[in-house]
Amino acid sequence: MKIAIIQFGGTNCDLDVLHVLKDVMGLEAETVWYKQEVLNGFDGVVIPGGFSYGDYLRAGAIAARTSIMDSVKKLAAEGKPVMGICNGFQVLTEARMLKGALTTNAYPKFRCHWANLRVETLDTPFTSRFKEGELISLPIAHMEGKFYAEEADLAELDENERVAFRYVDENGKATEEANPNGSIENIAGIVNEGRNVLGLMPHPERASEAILGSETGRKLFESMADYITENF
Amino acid sequence: MQYQATVKIEQKPGMLDPEGTTVKRALEHLGYASESVKTAKLFEIVLEAESASAAKQQVDEMCQKLIANPIVDKYSIEIEEKK
Repeated sequence: MKIAIIQFGGTNCDLDVLHVLKDVMGLEAETVWYKQEVLNGFDGVVIPGGFSYGDYLRAGAIAARTSIMDSVKKLAAEGKPVMGICNGFQVLTEARMLKGALTTNAYPKFRCHWANLRVETLDTPFTSRFKEGELISLPIAHMEGKFYAEEADLAELDENERVAFRYVDENGKATEEANPNGSIENIAGIVNEGRNVLGLMPHPERASEAILGSETGRKLFESMADYITENF
Repeated sequence: MQYQATVKIEQKPGMLDPEGTTVKRALEHLGYASESVKTAKLFEIVLEAESASAAKQQVDEMCQKLIANPIVDKYSIEIEEKK
């Protein structure tokens, strides 16, 4: 099993993800500079967070239109898992691999803190290790994280249980106060129709070691590794 | 022929405009009342094309493929001959 971690100009969470996959979990993983363009021999992809191309035009817009994204689409079409974290989520929506758009937070401030989340579905390659409706906490760090989708797309996401995570309060309720950025229906992460492409604003790689205060985020990567082992 | 296209990108009606809202509040602080403040982005693109309509078509493609995000933005294009 080999996982690619895509680096664009301005990506800055690449080495954190690499550290978790390689050093903490002992998996084979490599950073891949976007100019490489091909992803032969990889079984999964992580698009890490950062500020690709300075967030110029719209967050993720420029990275989404690079040639390597064609290779990511091809890999996703083979059913292999693709996870976009924070800026990676923005890249995946801009590349139209996921529904909706991520816009400036309702209160236009860079939000950097732990956020309570509810796991909404276990039926994805990234959430299988969680429990039904599990309440977890992961760090967020973003200014353009307000998820928006047109009504029909939103209905489709809800109907097919494609919302993976929602912002909730300590009791697991998706309240307005628990919503850090004004995301529609408190959505923090979604999957594509094939369920093998996930985008989420929270940073699981920042909560994957006890020394950092939490190992919860590692379950996403462990679920992803299980899925690859079982299917590829 | 050389043309200049002016592309205006605005948010679709109903979308929140936090930057506009913040500017509106700051204006109120300075004693200026306003009904609403909306922000927009303007791009000036100089390009070669056979005609104004060909230039507009090219710029329209640019908007659809990159400059605008059809989920949240609406855009308008004005073309003038570059002298």
